[in-house]
Order: sequence, then C-alpha cells, then structure tokens
Amino acid sequence: MSWLTPQVVAVFVAMAQALGILLGAVLLGAVMTVVERRLLGLWQDRYGPNRVGPFGSLQLIADMLKIFFKEDWIPPFADRTLFVLAPAIAMASLLLSFIVIPFTPALHVADWNIGLLFFLAMGGINVYAVLLGGWSSGNKYALIGAMRASAQTLSYEVFMGLALMGVVAMAGSFNLRDIVNAQEGLWFIIPQFFGFCTFLIAGVAVTHRHPFDQPEAEQELADGYHVEYSSMKFGMFFIGEYVGMVLVSALIVTLFFGGWHGPLLPPIVWFAIKTGFFLMLFVLLRASLPRPRYDRVMSFGWKVCLPLTLINLMVTGAAILLTAPE
Amino acid sequence: MSVATPSPDTLKTGPDSTVEALRQRFEEKIVLEQATLTGWPVLWVARDTLTEVLAFLRDKSQAFEMLYDLSAIDERLRSHRRGLPVSDFTVFYHLLSVSRNRDIILKVALSEDDLALPSIVPLYPNANWYEREVWDMFGITFQGHPHLSRILMPPTWHGHPLRKDHHARATEFDPYTLTVEGQDREQQALKFDPEAWGMRRRHDDSEFMFLNLGPNHPSAHGAFRLVLQLDGEEIIDCVPDIGYHHRGAEKMAERQSWHSFIPYTDRIDYTGGVMNNLPYVLAVEKLAGITVTKRAETIRVMMAEMFRITSHLLFLGTYLQDLGAMTPVFFTFTDRQKGYEVIEAITGFRMHPAWYRIGGVAHDLPKGWEKLVKGFLDWMPKRLREYERAMMENAIVRERTRHIAAHDTTEALAWGITGPNLRATGLDFDLRKQRPYSGYENFDFEIPIGHNGDAFDRGQIRIEEMRQSLRIIQQCLDHMPAGDYKADHPLTTPPPRERMLQHIETLITHFLQVSWGPVLKPNESMQMIEATKGINSYYLTSDGNTMSYRTRIRTPSFPHLQHIPALMRGGFVPDLIAHLGSIDFVMADVDR
Repeated sequence: MSWLTPQVVAVFVAMAQALGILLGAVLLGAVMTVVERRLLGLWQDRYGPNRVGPFGSLQLIADMLKIFFKEDWIPPFADRTLFVLAPAIAMASLLLSFIVIPFTPALHVADWNIGLLFFLAMGGINVYAVLLGGWSSGNKYALIGAMRASAQTLSYEVFMGLALMGVVAMAGSFNLRDIVNAQEGLWFIIPQFFGFCTFLIAGVAVTHRHPFDQPEAEQELADGYHVEYSSMKFGMFFIGEYVGMVLVSALIVTLFFGGWHGPLLPPIVWFAIKTGFFLMLFVLLRASLPRPRYDRVMSFGWKVCLPLTLINLMVTGAAILLTAPE
Repeated sequence: MSVATPSPDTLKTGPDSTVEALRQRFEEKIVLEQATLTGWPVLWVARDTLTEVLAFLRDKSQAFEMLYDLSAIDERLRSHRRGLPVSDFTVFYHLLSVSRNRDIILKVALSEDDLALPSIVPLYPNANWYEREVWDMFGITFQGHPHLSRILMPPTWHGHPLRKDHHARATEFDPYTLTVEGQDREQQALKFDPEAWGMRRRHDDSEFMFLNLGPNHPSAHGAFRLVLQLDGEEIIDCVPDIGYHHRGAEKMAERQSWHSFIPYTDRIDYTGGVMNNLPYVLAVEKLAGITVTKRAETIRVMMAEMFRITSHLLFLGTYLQDLGAMTPVFFTFTDRQKGYEVIEAITGFRMHPAWYRIGGVAHDLPKGWEKLVKGFLDWMPKRLREYERAMMENAIVRERTRHIAAHDTTEALAWGITGPNLRATGLDFDLRKQRPYSGYENFDFEIPIGHNGDAFDRGQIRIEEMRQSLRIIQQCLDHMPAGDYKADHPLTTPPPRERMLQHIETLITHFLQVSWGPVLKPNESMQMIEATKGINSYYLTSDGNTMSYRTRIRTPSFPHLQHIPALMRGGFVPDLIAHLGSIDFVMADVDR
C-alpha cells in the first residue's frame, strides 16, 4: 500500500469532509422546509404536516418525490438560457459559501484568509439568480419581484459588509477560524452588539425571508420572481432560500457567538445548537410579523441601519486604537 | 358628525316636506306619487326634468347626499299597474339623505322604442356602475355616460338578461358550445384596451406597465380583476373589472316562489349567512302584512349578530394576512369555528343555513342553547383584546394602514359607501340605530366610529363592532322572550302543520301553500338592513303571484369596489393590497 501516503489520506479526508458538508447543507436546507412548517403549525395552534411517517418525519421524502416528478415547464415566452441558469446560481452561490465556515476545529472545507470576503462575494452573486430569474420569466409580476430584489439587495449589502468590519477589526483577520479563536474569552456579540443587530437584519434581507420577502410578497406579487418556475427549478429556488437561512445562521454563530466554543459538549454539538437557535428565530420572525411596505424597507436600510453600522465601525476603530499597546 | 336618532313618527310616510317642495318647484312634471309599502315617497318624474329634479334634491336644502340605488323594472308583463303612468321600462333612482335620515325614490317611465335617459354621473359619481348595470341588464342607454359598456355579463353577450323576454333557464335555449375560435374570441374580448378607457400607453419617453391583477390573484378576495396602469410601482390609474361571480340572483328571484328564494339570498354575501335572509323576509312580510312575534324577532337578531361576528372574524384574519402577517388568520378561524358550533347547533347548518322563514324562523331554539351561546360570549372578549395587542398596536400594521386609502364622509356619501367603511370616516350612521328593524330599538349598544376613514380605521372599527355584537347577543341571551317562533298568520310559510288535519279547508290551504307557495298582493316593498359589509336591501315588486315580479338586490360591496380607482391613484401596489383587504368585500355580494 505504498500509494496510501499521509498526503493522499489527507486529500481523501478533505474530499470526504467537503462532500459531507455539501450534502449536510443541502439536506439541512431541505429538512428545514418541513421543520418550518411544523414549527409554524405549533405556533399557530394547528398540526402542520403530520401524516407521512411517524410525526410527519417522512414528509420531506414525499415532497421530494413529488417535486422531482412534476412537469418541468419552461414558458414559451421565457428567455431559455437565463431561465435555466438562474436557479442554478441561486443554489450554487449559497452552497459555495459553506467552504469558508469552520464548523469545528477539525471540520471545514478550506481555511482561507479571505474567508469573509468570499462569503460577501457569493452573497453578491446570489442576487443575480433572482434578477435573472425574474427578468427571463417574461412575466410582469416576476419582473416587479426582480426589480424589488435588486434594489433591496443593493441597499442591504452595503451595510452588511460594513457591519462585519467591526468583527474583522477586533479579530484582526478575515479568516473565520481566526475570528472564532479570537472569541475564546468573550463572544463578539457583546462588544459588537450593533454590528450583530444590523448583520442579522441584513442576513434576513439577503435571504429574502419574511419580513424582507419583498421580491416574493405572496399577497402582492403572487410569489414574484419565481412565479413561472416549476418542478426542480422551483425546488432549487425554494431549497436555496433555506440553505441561505442555514448559511446566515451559521455565520452569525461563527462571527458573534463564538462558533464551536462552549463548555462540556463536543464542539460540533455546540455549533449545531447555536445554529438551530437562529434557524428557529428565522421561522419565528415569519410567524409573527406583518410585511412592511417596500419603500419603507429601503429607507430603513439607508437611514437607520447604514448610519448605525458606520457609527459602530468608528467607535470600534477608536476603541481599538485607544487600547492598542504602543 | 352625528345623525339624530329619529322619533318613530318621522319614519312614517305621509305629508313629506320634500314632496311638497318638489311639487311647488316642478308642478306637473311630477307626474304621480305612487302608494307603496317601501316606506318612502315614490314619485314618477317626467324624463326631461329628471336631471333638474335630482340636482334640486342633491343640493343643500334637500341634502340627499347619496345615490343609494339605481335600477330598472321591465313592466311589459306586469298586469296589476292600474293608475300608474304608461311605461314599458321604468328606471328608479333611490336617494338617501343621511343628515335628514329620509329617503326618496324617483321613477321614470320609458317607452320600448326610446330607451334612453340622461346620465347622472356628473351629479352622483357612483351612478357610473349602476347605469352600466342597467344598460347591461335592460338595454337602456344613458346619454353622456363616460363608458357605457357591459359590467356583469361578458362583453360578447347577446341580449339583456333582466328583460322579461330573455330566457331564465338553461333549458330554454340551445345547449352551450365553445369552439376553439369561440374561445379565442372570448379571450380577445377580455383583453384590456387602455385607449378605450382614455388611458395613455406612454408618457414622454417612458412606457406604462399595465398589470392584470386578478381574476385569480391571492389578494383579490375572489374572482375580481383590476387592471393597473403602473409607473414603476406607483399606480397611475386602475380599472376594476367585475362580473366573474355573476349568477343572476335577481333573475332567479323571478322564477322562484317567495319561499324557495330564501336559500338564494344566503349566497349573496356568502360570509353573512342568515343576515342575508333578514332584509328579504322582512320585505316579504311587509307585502304579506305579517307581524312576527317578539321571540322570532329576538332569535333573528341574535343569529344575525352571530353572523356579523363570524364575518368580521374572517375579515380580520384576511385583512392582516394581506398585510403580510400569516398567523392571525389561523386564530380568527379558530374563533370562527367556535361561532359556527353555536350556529350549527341552532340552525343545523354552518355557512348558509337559509333559516329564516316568512313569518318567523325555521324552528325553535334547541334545548341547551343558552349554554352554547354563553360559552361563545365568554371566549371572544379576550381574543379580541389579543388581536388588538398583537396586531392593531403593531408598528408595521399601523405604518401599512394609517392614512392609506383615506377618504372623508362627504366623499364616502357621494360614492355610496355604507356600513363600517362609512362609519370609519366618523359618521355614526347605523341603520340598527337610525332606522331600527326587527326590534333593534330594544337593545343597548353603541356605534363605533373612526376618525380618519383610512385602512386602519376600517380594521379597528370592526373589532369594536364585534364587541358590540357580543353585547347584543348577551342581551338576547338574558331576555329571550317566551312565545311562538312563528307568526300566527295565513301567509306564514310553511304554515303550522298541527292544524293541517283538522278540517278540509285547512288541509287545502296547507296543500296549496306548500305546493305553490304563498300568493302576495300586488304592491312594492323594500327593507334595508345593516348587514355585515354595509347596507343591504331588497326591493320587491309583487304582481299578485306566487313569485316576485322583480327583485332588486342592493348590496354594499358593489359601490365599495367602484370607489377603488378614486382612492388608489398615486398609491403603491402594497397600498392597494392593504386597501383591498380593508374594504371587506366578497365578489358574490358585488356581482349577485
């Protein structure tokens, strides 16, 4: 077994880990679709899906079988290439972001020192999925949805990046592993509270989750940008949204809640518990809030969140300079 | 603004100052004052002075602010019209004065070969749709109307359905077929043509988007279509398109016995249940001369208020859902279910019990009804408080609805707005207080009013109305009179069965009345009630038959939808959705 050198083993382990994380992320996104419905049912005094398998546990399989065998219909008036490309972008850009997230000291795909920037870049690409999907559908509701999506994402990405610069300044690195390690003593949620608030808001906005689901706005645009999609193409948008939720939750945990750090339990469990908490928060937001008007969402972003992140960044910078050893 | 509650005698007809004033001013142009059971003066007016008479009535001294109803009657087959002016088609205008709490009905006689009238849209803006409806249903043209086209029937329809020579049943004409060409033709006819509505397709160098909202849209509350002219998301103009839910209820009334039409009324405002039976049976009872027992009256009030609550709960859930809050609708439906449990136990049915009868109700209250009603009365108040705390006090809900689609009282009256939507502007006009019927004068309750007439007030006021309905139901529970649930009158339908086998005469009468139905004397009567969504009324014309000669159903949602474009110009798409949610309409109530 001469070819089984430690280097080769390392490559295989890395590949297995990457594959595991990829499948895990997709699966978690898919499971979330059912978990969300069950949680909504709980909070709304009703059952939710509870018929397939014990306690509705096999609902996901039933849903997947159904969506795979639905007719995959492309409207004759759509721009075919872009129409097919859009859901792929929606899914891929978010999945790629998982590359930079360190789940435990050992479990990760890549340890890049541009980690955070990579996530922001992927988030930027993700908006093209909505934009192209809405535009290529040749549907007026989809077009309005796409228009809303691009305006909203532009507004919220501006301060999304800025909200994280406080964390970067304190950790002194864009590398997510370094950021987690910098939180061993104190989680960044405390010194970077305002950064956390604005990042949470921007995170909800970037994943188009309620109350920032303006591009879909069921009651107004009848599902907006993906109204013409069916079968697995719709499924990719749909799962993509949940993958986005998982990603943002994982990032919040990594950046503000000390990542895998925690007493007694193994790191992966801590990471999962913290991420699960934020996933629930996403669902709870949807269950409890009405939807603000689209132009108010914009002005809230520009007039409240952006100034707040700028002040936060300046105060952080000043504090670092003042306490820095000469 | 407040409306004086009248003393009972001002509501009676008799020498009327308005009629005197009209006679003085227009002399022989006022052809005749017709004696009817409508409760209001009915004047026949010469066609050439119609506009002047209406203008005179609308101005300050007479103050008939609202065109309440406008429709027509095909008189060609009417046999009992001795003493009335010669007329093939009669158009009637029902005006309502809120400040004086009086009404007047004007009639104009038309001959078959000259079916034309001047349009009164410049005087009353809501005449627009009513005149279109009359044209659609009777083929009477209105000169000077801005857009006289079909409104309830498809644009390709031939004939005018409410004419007596138009078929009423599917068996009276050849089977319907639709070819591929025919389908194309129908679809082409539904295509929106902006130029026909005086809209421009482009402005300077930018093109407007015409967005087809409905007839299948999650927030259109039924088969309702709105064509929006958009600049970005700003609404430049919009055109509501109704008629997708038209079933010809008024035509059906001409082919059903007085008794067997009751179930059809349930389906007019399909969230209102027995509330819909009330104006119809009250109008029929006027024609028949029946006075119902106190117990029947109180049972009717109690069940009508139960349905007001279930209808408002449905409104509240969907209104908040239209604002993007997904949870409240599940809670209001839980409450609604509690209400339906009571309704089902008492009437035997949930949504459409068709439970009122000519002369009373279908059967007496079941044993143990008090406990059920009490359970509901105990359940509701804390839930209503919860809705206010969780939703109406929520900053996003307020921001979405405050000052959205707001209008004042004058505008509301000019557009024929009634019910909670009118009271949201600050006017306390509620028929249960102003023109009590079915014993409402015996109850102690308040009329909630709003201040701004905006989407928020329209929502808030309905929560308050549910509280008042609970008060009324509580009083019904505490003071339910003893006695019979049916009036002792020969025309009460169905007649008392106990006497059927006593005597050959009673057997024959019973047989005739059950098989043919009651025969009512020729006359005209009408009854307005404060229904769940506004004022609902039935204007019945009897020609001495087992069936109605003409049944005019005036529903509140029809003018409410007509008002949408005037309010939405300059608003955003989300505002339109908030407004649609706040109107509280069902399409069955619009199209009939």
